[in-house]
Amino acid sequence: MARAEAPEDPTASAEAAAIVDVPPEIVAQSLGEWFRAWLTRLRAGESGVLPVVLGLVIISIVFTAISPVFLSAGNLVNLFQQSAVFMVLAMAEIFVLLLGEIDLATGYTAGVGGVIAVQLVQPVTTKWPWWGAILAALLVCALIGLIQGTLITRLRLSSLIVTLAFSLILSGVMLILLGLGPFSGYPGLLGQSPNIVALHKLMWGTIDPTLSWIGMVVLVLIVGGILWWSDSRRRRSGLVAPPASLTILKIALIAVVSVVVVAICNINRAATGTLAGVPWVIPIVLAVLAVWMMLVQRTRFGRYIYAIGGNPEAARRAGVNLAWIRTWCFVLCAFTAGIGGLLYASYLGGMSNNFNGGQIVLYAIAAAVIGGTSLFGGRGKMLHGVLGGLVIGGIYNGLYLLAIDVQWQFIVTGFVLLVAVTIDALSRRSATSGSAARV
Amino acid sequence: MAQVTKDSPAAAGPLLALRGIEKHFGPVQALYNVDLDLPAGQATALVGDNGAGKSVLTKCIAGIYQVDHGQFLWEGRPVQVHSPRDAARLGIETVYQDLALADNLDIVQNMFLGRERLRNGLLNEDDMERAAAQTLSNLRVTTVRSIRQPVASLSGGQRQSVAVAKAVMWNSKLVMLDEPTAALGVVQTKMVLDLVRRLRDRGLAVMMISHNLNDVFEVADRVAVMYLGRLVVQDRASAFDRQSVVEYMTTGTSGRVAGDGKEKHGPS
Repeated sequence: MARAEAPEDPTASAEAAAIVDVPPEIVAQSLGEWFRAWLTRLRAGESGVLPVVLGLVIISIVFTAISPVFLSAGNLVNLFQQSAVFMVLAMAEIFVLLLGEIDLATGYTAGVGGVIAVQLVQPVTTKWPWWGAILAALLVCALIGLIQGTLITRLRLSSLIVTLAFSLILSGVMLILLGLGPFSGYPGLLGQSPNIVALHKLMWGTIDPTLSWIGMVVLVLIVGGILWWSDSRRRRSGLVAPPASLTILKIALIAVVSVVVVAICNINRAATGTLAGVPWVIPIVLAVLAVWMMLVQRTRFGRYIYAIGGNPEAARRAGVNLAWIRTWCFVLCAFTAGIGGLLYASYLGGMSNNFNGGQIVLYAIAAAVIGGTSLFGGRGKMLHGVLGGLVIGGIYNGLYLLAIDVQWQFIVTGFVLLVAVTIDALSRRSATSGSAARV
Repeated sequence: MAQVTKDSPAAAGPLLALRGIEKHFGPVQALYNVDLDLPAGQATALVGDNGAGKSVLTKCIAGIYQVDHGQFLWEGRPVQVHSPRDAARLGIETVYQDLALADNLDIVQNMFLGRERLRNGLLNEDDMERAAAQTLSNLRVTTVRSIRQPVASLSGGQRQSVAVAKAVMWNSKLVMLDEPTAALGVVQTKMVLDLVRRLRDRGLAVMMISHNLNDVFEVADRVAVMYLGRLVVQDRASAFDRQSVVEYMTTGTSGRVAGDGKEKHGPS
């Protein structure tokens, strides 16, 4: 590594190192300059979201080559739906990963949440309205997070062990809840009751194609407008801002992706009859993403999460209440896991003891890390969960299409997780050795 | 007893005067009857060997430790400092060696950590960035490429400068620096010492803990020496030379007389 060698001109090397470490959007004045700075960072191993995008492209090419069905509209929509669970669970996990903690119980927290909702809406037993069932499920999940968070922050127990213990406890609780009622352990979401239909539609309901287009245009206009407005205001007042061309490029990219997604969803994907339109789950995931992005990146609470992940001592000296923020992160993680559990139950049309929370939580952590969130805390974004979830969903979907045996699915998933954490550790090591060389 | 800086009634009196400060941890007495003056517009160097009590004294002033006995006189009035919050309210800020910054946050985020400005409940980044840029340019910290770069990408001297800028941003009147030049190169050290001079010139009281006598004599207006929990001497920097400071640090007393007789504060 060039930076670690003793250079003749220390200022020049410090300058070069600074270029590597400063995100390109900060110092670039034009698109060309931004692109060159980005290439410099890339060569130095600071790749940002590039691995995820590359991963997605590779997955698509490999699976399409083996099974042409992979890129069909029907399968792509199915892929979105499968990925949605991983995306939401990865976003849940990111709350605690940002602190430098881990939650291994996310999978079974989701399972418990899913079972509670499915059980409560059953017309032959409890007959709860769908919204009441959802609320109850999410509240129970939040409570699970509160208990775990309190144990971890007040008693200073290791989050790894506490959540591992809870993973076991919750898998047992889930089995008990599954056994309630006359469903022989398989409470389902198939039926005519409006409450059951509402839960089932979380994943399978679709928005009318015309309405999908209108909604997409409105959404792109709002997001693009906010981006353009805030960037241009910062440019006008002389603050650090990306060049206008870059802002336009970002907005264009968002627009293109939105158009492609809606176009795919609007293709008729039914074997007989018509089934077209954007599934409900896409706006649901986008809403979770938008709210959590806002919380993590635009509020004081979010700023403190990053500060604690980066340097807890600095946060403490700045007057941040560490225990309070940490506990809330576990609550939010479990709450978000509950949303993932609802989507999972909806996707399967019910819950059963086939739910493997131990495996799903590893998928979720892998998705977050593949997306670019660090296991060491302080680095990551909610968007990483969505991108990484798409990669994991792609692998899962592809292996399923190829009818690969379950043992090989385990092995592939394990390797994906290994690769992700290795990249994370290596990029962190190169970053710290770089700063050590500059002190 | 004839020290102009200390006893002259003409001077308005020090910004912070400590009188008879004592602190013990269980059976261990860490500070014995410490009297220290920190005048505004002057840089006071606090020197002493390891274990002399410099850090304990600093933490007492910062409100992290509470003193057992003694009095704080802030601008002549007795005050109580029971917590870091009390200290911050008075205008006392401390810059710790390398503990004060979060590497993953950028300069603006670090400078406002714990005191973020909000608009409609959301972070007001534009406002904070403007204020941070203003403070940095006032202190002439101009070597950073962008105030939006993460602190991890800064050199040691730049980090220290940001930490100091963070401390002075809050209308502080007394800034304490704990070993500000430890682990810095020659250029970086000069950068930080220049910053100390600028703080002093702006009328702040600066207290600098240092092991490095080069730094002390380069920047300090006053020197206070601690030895085994006692403050053995404090005076104008010009009243000392390197040899006498070393003697005070190692033995608590000095046979050499650089100015006129000042064995007065010797341990006895």
